[in-house]
Amino acid sequence: MSGRDLGRVSGYESWDAERAAGIIAGHAHREGATLPILHALQETFGYVDTAAVPLIAEALNLSRAEVHGCLTFYHDFRKEPAGRHTVKLCRAEACQAVGADALHEDVLRRYDVAWHGTTRDGQVTVEPVFCLGLCACGPAALVDGEPVGRLDLDTLADALTERAA
Amino acid sequence: MSIRFYLPKDAASLALGADRVARALTRAAAARGLDATLVRTGSRGMLWLEPMLEVETPEGRIAYGPVRPGDIESLLDAGLAEGGAHRLRIGRPEDQSYFARQQRLTFGRCGVIDPASVEDYRAHGGYRGLEAALAAGPAGTVEAVKASGLRGRGGAGFPTGIKWNTVMLAQAEQKYVVCNADEGDSGTFADRMLMEGDPLTLIEGMTIAAVAVGATRGYIYCRSEYPHAFAALEIAIAAAERAGYLGANVMGSGHAFHLEVRLGAGAYICGEETSLLESLEGKRGLVRAKPPIPALKGLFGQPTLVNNVLSFAAVPWIMEHGGPAYAAYGMGRSLGTLPIQLAGNVKRGGLIETAFGLTLREVIEDFGGGTASGRPLRAVQVGGPLGAYFPESLLDTPLDYEAFAAKKGLLGHGGIVVFDDTVDLARQARFAFEFCVAESCGKCTPCRIGAVRGLETIDKVLAGESPRENLALVTDLCEVMTDGSLCAMGGLTPVPVMSALTHFPEDFSGRGAKLPLAAE
Ligand SMILES: Cc1cc2nc3c(=O)[nH]c(=O)nc-3n(C[C@H](O)[C@H](O)[C@H](O)COP(=O)(O)O)c2cc1C
Ligand code: SF4
Ligand code: FES
Repeated sequence: MSGRDLGRVSGYESWDAERAAGIIAGHAHREGATLPILHALQETFGYVDTAAVPLIAEALNLSRAEVHGCLTFYHDFRKEPAGRHTVKLCRAEACQAVGADALHEDVLRRYDVAWHGTTRDGQVTVEPVFCLGLCACGPAALVDGEPVGRLDLDTLADALTERAA
Repeated sequence: MSIRFYLPKDAASLALGADRVARALTRAAAARGLDATLVRTGSRGMLWLEPMLEVETPEGRIAYGPVRPGDIESLLDAGLAEGGAHRLRIGRPEDQSYFARQQRLTFGRCGVIDPASVEDYRAHGGYRGLEAALAAGPAGTVEAVKASGLRGRGGAGFPTGIKWNTVMLAQAEQKYVVCNADEGDSGTFADRMLMEGDPLTLIEGMTIAAVAVGATRGYIYCRSEYPHAFAALEIAIAAAERAGYLGANVMGSGHAFHLEVRLGAGAYICGEETSLLESLEGKRGLVRAKPPIPALKGLFGQPTLVNNVLSFAAVPWIMEHGGPAYAAYGMGRSLGTLPIQLAGNVKRGGLIETAFGLTLREVIEDFGGGTASGRPLRAVQVGGPLGAYFPESLLDTPLDYEAFAAKKGLLGHGGIVVFDDTVDLARQARFAFEFCVAESCGKCTPCRIGAVRGLETIDKVLAGESPRENLALVTDLCEVMTDGSLCAMGGLTPVPVMSALTHFPEDFSGRGAKLPLAAE
């Protein structure tokens, strides 16, 4: 599977400027519309193509630098497509207290990825996050947006299988 | 009569398999031809018992937990529908000592009602606070909040009534009410639980605030790490609008209040109120210098009331029962109740709402039952990533803003994170700098550069390289960050670092050529 195919495989649409312009127009009237627009684009395409920057800038009457600054400031926004599944692992203190650091090393080794990286088969992207509010049942993760508590290698594999089904 | 089951869909319960339990129950009930309804609630906060299934019986709701999908058949065989005996039977949640010892003013409905139902909310006392506020008028409402002694629950503990008064008196065409639902601190989840389990309490609190200060628009800025809270808020806002509690004419009072929930994008600093406002305006979350304060010049330059979720959510109770009734709880200048979040390496983690003044030891030992690992407790971090690490010897500190400050600690949002004796405080100090490097907004030098230098220097200490000289350097650096940072991100990062150094010096000395674990 080539990297290019990921968007389609993952159920995201491939980047399309016209479609993007439509999404932007749908939100442009809102107060402070930049974040809602970036979220909407990422939801549709799986990432925010840098080609969206001038479109947003024009629609909101902002400079490209302002929009680009926004896109890069926030940890959520991706400038490249991710894998089919996204695993966000909590790296914050309450999860550390129950062994998250060691678990994360095991996860990265087992899936042969680095933080922010995608497995070679394009299936899984692993991202660090700081706290998911699941601190009393850590180590915690979000797998495609669904919470998983008391995480270990097996529960992670189960969660990924369940998402794939 | 139909059997009523209750099962949380709180994110922590989902994380422990609540949806699988729901599917198993629905399937099994259908197979047995039971006439059953399943209500999805928030969590009562006894998180080690989640997923906790409740059934309505003549003696009240009987709970079972933690329930796995595979337990459903045996539960039904044991007479689950009538509250029958089973090894997972807990009894009435209210009778559990963990629960019975709490004072649930804000969280009274959480885990009890259907969070999406205005009708259920009203049946449990909802919207009486707003009725009282409409009767009292803006000045009367602000007076009640002042009299309650409520201090902002977001961390800094600023008196809420004074802030409301400032916004009320400000003159402007447009004012805003903004809820800080960024809850970025590790070990905190009370905002999330309230937003998922009883969002209408937050919405009612914000509506009371809007009427009191004269704001017609409001935003809830919810962090993106909380997709379920975001969804629950959208549903509850729509329900409140349909029922006439939000919109052009709130409860026929003539007051307009339009409320919208906005999603953050993964930036801890956007919990800082001015950075949050920048983000809401569609910009990078750079901290603004104060003054001007947001109460006078906030969102889009207009007077803006910014409060934490729990600050707003405390107000309906205060308006219904009166300021002095709320102020009757607590100690010293920390009045009312504090939703405590107990997490990390602890046996019985969860949400505990009680009056200020319990000691850390009472919370960790009596409620928490000690460490989950069964090993000795070594350190406790209270107040999130900018909070101090306390050793065992400080466990008798009461939960009170001033008592914590006196021990160079931070009560913050009330999150308590327990560590056992396997913790390495030098690594935790390293993490404090690492976190600041990742999350600094970058506007001022002491924080932006200081954190990077701090990380490098701690790494040298960890590698056993001139530890004494390098620790002196860390201490200097911390002083510069404390004195020279624009906001508490850079200003308080020294707190975890210096508390680790002060209380656990043995973790910093005599290190071999140990290298950092997770080099990024
Ligand atoms: C770095 C930083 C992070 C913060 N994070 C939060 C947060 O996640 N939630 C919150 O309510 N307040 C947070 N605050 C405090 C807010 O700036 C502000 O004081 C608070 O929202 C005011 O509401 P309150 O008076 O009801 O507490 C943070 C402050 C700083 C300096
Ligand atoms: S202290 Fe850090 S986060 Fe705060 S304004 Fe300065 S650079 Fe930004
Ligand atoms: S610290 Fe990991 S979920 Fe809160």
